[in-house]
Amino acid sequence: MAVVRPFDKLPALNSAAVLLVGSDESLQQKLAEAILKEKKNFKISIHLATSLPLPSERDHLRPRIDLIAFMIDIKSKYSLKNVEASLAHVDASFFLGKVCFLVTGVGRVNYCSVEMNAIWKLGEVYCSPVLYCELELEGIRVATAQRLLRMLQICAGHIPGVSALSFGLLMRNSADE
Amino acid sequence: MDETVAEYIRRTVLKIPRDEIKSMLQTWGFLSETQLQTLNFHQTKDNISQDVVQLCEDNSADIKQAAVLDIIYNHIYPNKRIWSVYQMNKTGEETDFFDLTDFKKKFKRRLQSALKNVTINFREYEDNAIWIRIAWGTPYKKPNQYKTSYVVYHSQTPYVFISASVLRSTLPLLCQALVVASNYHDIREMELRSHCLNSLKDIAFKRYSQTFQTYYPRPLQERNVAPENVDLRIIQENRSEKERIQRVNREVFGDGPQPKLEFAQYKVWLMHHFHHYLHVYHRKRGIILKLERGKVSFQEAL
Repeated sequence: MAVVRPFDKLPALNSAAVLLVGSDESLQQKLAEAILKEKKNFKISIHLATSLPLPSERDHLRPRIDLIAFMIDIKSKYSLKNVEASLAHVDASFFLGKVCFLVTGVGRVNYCSVEMNAIWKLGEVYCSPVLYCELELEGIRVATAQRLLRMLQICAGHIPGVSALSFGLLMRNSADE
Repeated sequence: MDETVAEYIRRTVLKIPRDEIKSMLQTWGFLSETQLQTLNFHQTKDNISQDVVQLCEDNSADIKQAAVLDIIYNHIYPNKRIWSVYQMNKTGEETDFFDLTDFKKKFKRRLQSALKNVTINFREYEDNAIWIRIAWGTPYKKPNQYKTSYVVYHSQTPYVFISASVLRSTLPLLCQALVVASNYHDIREMELRSHCLNSLKDIAFKRYSQTFQTYYPRPLQERNVAPENVDLRIIQENRSEKERIQRVNREVFGDGPQPKLEFAQYKVWLMHHFHHYLHVYHRKRGIILKLERGKVSFQEAL
């Protein structure tokens, strides 16, 4: 089926897969490289896609996706529309802590095309954390990569005692305060 | 030597990047080799230009020679100006033999009969291009050497590339002179405008490569080589789609370099009629949106 489901495949030992969905391919690539540079003790695979649904011919090659990060560029209305269209192809159970939104471009207020309200509502409706990061700056990119990596470890079940759902709730509660 | 000429030469030399000054002066050919040897090209451009002016003074340069230097500068740096493309038409099939001296004579005569004070210079280049530099004056004022128009005419084609000066009123006269001198009947402006003269030429002469279905062994080999710096842990999900897009592009446009596009202008006709002009300039990422009198046009900088 065209919908990405969280538990339709068996997990592989000591590995995790993250899917980055966004319209800016070069930024995706840079973020992926930053994630790879971080020290980790499990096998990681990073899947880059411009939109969902994913092409079905690669279904059998794809591992179980543990975390989906949707990348939205504040400067581009198209990127928001693209993400909104892609969200329809994600199974509802993913939104129990295995999805997050990365919002980039927030540093340049005068180039904003997307309303902050829209982003905030997206996070509310889909019950997923929204991370604001200026991915074009290397330092912030590295920090975001580290955060994503930690989230990925939790979502893949590598951290005993912490589940994706509990972590997601933790992030939302702290954001509200 | 006239002070205006001296100042003009000085300013032209100042425009040239320091490393290019020597070769440009050599191309110019007005100063002898021995004179060029005396110049120190390692000092500031200000001093170099003063020295050049001094040498020109010794050789009694006049405005015609100074104009040649200006043409050479603009030939090497045409992207400092905006060029528009014009197409000339002739009715009937008379293919006249193109006579350069005849063209120059008729062109000059036409302009000078309308405006007594113009400076006109011609320079021919190997690719059959004739560069014309015109400095405009009025019957009562000497030509303003800083407000010049340039024309590039390839005599084997009906296309003319004009970089008009800020004096827009001279454009009709210029077009008329071109039509008369080249034995055509009329001239019209094409919707092509750019800083990049070579790209305009490529588009006008249809020189950009378009593939025809011939056998190309080379591209196939290239595609099979996987780039070494791609980490296997990063997986592009849309790779087959991207390759398909590249293949379609390659089939339509070919492998060669494409003309450079600077602006794309879109015109949209609306059903409603506005009673007054509504100028909405919407500047987002280089898009300028204009609403006026029932027509919307937007221009996007690429």
